[in-house]
Amino acid sequence: MTGDPGGIHAVPLPAGWDEAVRLDEDPATIPDPASIDVPPGLRAEIEGHMSKYPERHSAALPALAAAQRMHGWCSPEAIDQVAAVMQVTPAYLSSVATFYDMLRTQPVGSHYVYVCTSVACHLRNAKSVYEAIERQAVDEGLEDFELREFECLGACDMAPMASIDGRYVGPLTEDDAPDLVAALNEGREALPGRGLSDRGFRLPWAEGGAAPDRPGPPEEPDVHPAGGTWEDAEVLDVPPAEGPPPHSRPIPQPLDPGTSVVPDDEEDTEE
Amino acid sequence: MKETRVLLANIDEPDLHTIAVYERLGGYGSMRKALLEMSPEDVLHQLEESGLRGRGGAGFSMGKKASFIPKGTMDKYLCCNADESEPGAFKDRLLMQKNPHLLIEGCIIGSIAAGANKGFIFIRGEYSVQADILDAAVSEAYEKGYLGDGILGSQHTFDLVVHRGQGAYICGEETGLLDALEGKRGNPRLKPPFPANQGLYQGPTLINNVETLCNTPIIVEHGADWYRKFGEGNSTGTKLVSVSGNVQRPGNFEIELGVTVREVIYGLAGGPPEGRDLKCFFPGGSSAPILTKDHLDLPFTYEAMAEAGSMLGTASVIVVDDSQPLVPLALRLAEFYRHESCGKCVPCREGTNWTVKMLERIDEGEGTPMDLDILGQVQDNIMGNCLCVLGDSMAMPVASMLQYFRPEFEHHMEEARAKRDLEEAVA
Repeated sequence: MTGDPGGIHAVPLPAGWDEAVRLDEDPATIPDPASIDVPPGLRAEIEGHMSKYPERHSAALPALAAAQRMHGWCSPEAIDQVAAVMQVTPAYLSSVATFYDMLRTQPVGSHYVYVCTSVACHLRNAKSVYEAIERQAVDEGLEDFELREFECLGACDMAPMASIDGRYVGPLTEDDAPDLVAALNEGREALPGRGLSDRGFRLPWAEGGAAPDRPGPPEEPDVHPAGGTWEDAEVLDVPPAEGPPPHSRPIPQPLDPGTSVVPDDEEDTEE
Repeated sequence: MKETRVLLANIDEPDLHTIAVYERLGGYGSMRKALLEMSPEDVLHQLEESGLRGRGGAGFSMGKKASFIPKGTMDKYLCCNADESEPGAFKDRLLMQKNPHLLIEGCIIGSIAAGANKGFIFIRGEYSVQADILDAAVSEAYEKGYLGDGILGSQHTFDLVVHRGQGAYICGEETGLLDALEGKRGNPRLKPPFPANQGLYQGPTLINNVETLCNTPIIVEHGADWYRKFGEGNSTGTKLVSVSGNVQRPGNFEIELGVTVREVIYGLAGGPPEGRDLKCFFPGGSSAPILTKDHLDLPFTYEAMAEAGSMLGTASVIVVDDSQPLVPLALRLAEFYRHESCGKCVPCREGTNWTVKMLERIDEGEGTPMDLDILGQVQDNIMGNCLCVLGDSMAMPVASMLQYFRPEFEHHMEEARAKRDLEEAVA
């Protein structure tokens, strides 16, 4: 069953749309564990994941991720190996792998650079940053890297940003593209000091505590907007006594009783 | 404008992610109190009384949700929704990266209230650094005996697993999350039955957002009466607000619910860049209908935002300044939801696709005035017609943009058409 099925399909199907399936064959069954060679490390990792859940199927996502780390992508071979260990059909794993963005069903490179171009980053010029990185990557011949635009990565405070194998870097400008691509090509850490998890990382506008509205933990009693006071932060530095630690989070004192209106009945909301 | 730091009180403490520092600052005290000095009913009662509402978007009372979990000896589960994928939201990332033990303590307290003995933190795959930190924190808690069988010599047993997603926005929807956790494609399920009755592995399941669970140790420690004094009306407590987009200081801030939106955008985040003015903002992530300058003086509460026709959602404020054309923004927004639609329900799968196509047409100068009416109708036909609210999440903001800025859409369409005509004439 290949080629253009014609008929109601006004748009011709892209070439290779049916490569992944062999419609003339019976679906693959659960592989015989003895017939498939699984690297011992991968087997141990998948079995470890399976033991954590009441149902072995729950390990599908971590198992596929582990196989992807080993093979570079969820290749048919990788899926067969996972299927053999988990004792599920390869089709089941394919159905899972095709759903999730981070599981790749095509070989794309063993490292990734995701550049966020979603709503908040879009507002801060992410598209041109992505294009600059892409241009640079093409010019310099970046290999074994998957470079793609990605949906919101959850770091809109450092927008526009990118995730290099999980390391978040930002805020980026177009001028960062040469450095970034060169670092990737040379296998060193890109933009050192500008990663979210780098020690001492601060956003440019929070530098040196200059931003007056981003205070650290208050050092002296401070008036809470609603009228109470902060606990003296110095109390916290006293090492805890033996036994259960005291309940002493440094949080604002409550108001005097009776100063705020507390409703009697809760509003019904839709779940 | 000052922040009211309750959840973030210790956030700048070095090495807060280690159990030693966390305990030095009084950490796990609430867990001891809940296990050794209180009955599970007391814990549940405190959570209900506190008025704590879910911080993940829907704003449903956390205590009430926990009280729906049936009693009995069946396997019950607690799921922490850490699949923070909403454009504009990054508050859970901060909590998990800097203060993972607060979340673990919150999970333990949640499990006491719900009677759950197995818990999962479903964290999105992109947060790999944060997941590693959580993994390390969970091991530390196991070593200390705060997780596992008979915690602190009590009858309570609770196991916690960090489960990494693999990049799908829809897994932030609670039933989609359950399917992903069961190892399937993350398609949402039909409700009812609600997860409180039949959730993970068909067992009763309590699902809460990271920030919601992080509030529970505070409530147990200080009591519901204390907690309720923060906030306004039915919006009790403090809230992490993620401000992003066209502001001078994007970031996470903790506020008392009830301060005005103006204080959040201008006071904390510094307002739009010099020389620009605010055009509109999303008060609760990209799924919330936009609001305009006229709404800046509203109190930032669940009720006030709902009354203004939007929602507090995750309290992720995305600010759009007057230099930003709205059509490309609406298009980018719609593209996000088209990409993330799981495809199970037709109105969402087709509606997001057609919205993108129409907005592309408008942006490229192929649009006709009729397109705006059809665009509005498509949004109407998505809302409320799907198993989950992903389609609505696109329909509501796009419809609200049309509602407030229709002249701009018309103008954009005309300009784009004139530009295209000119290009064709030159060619």
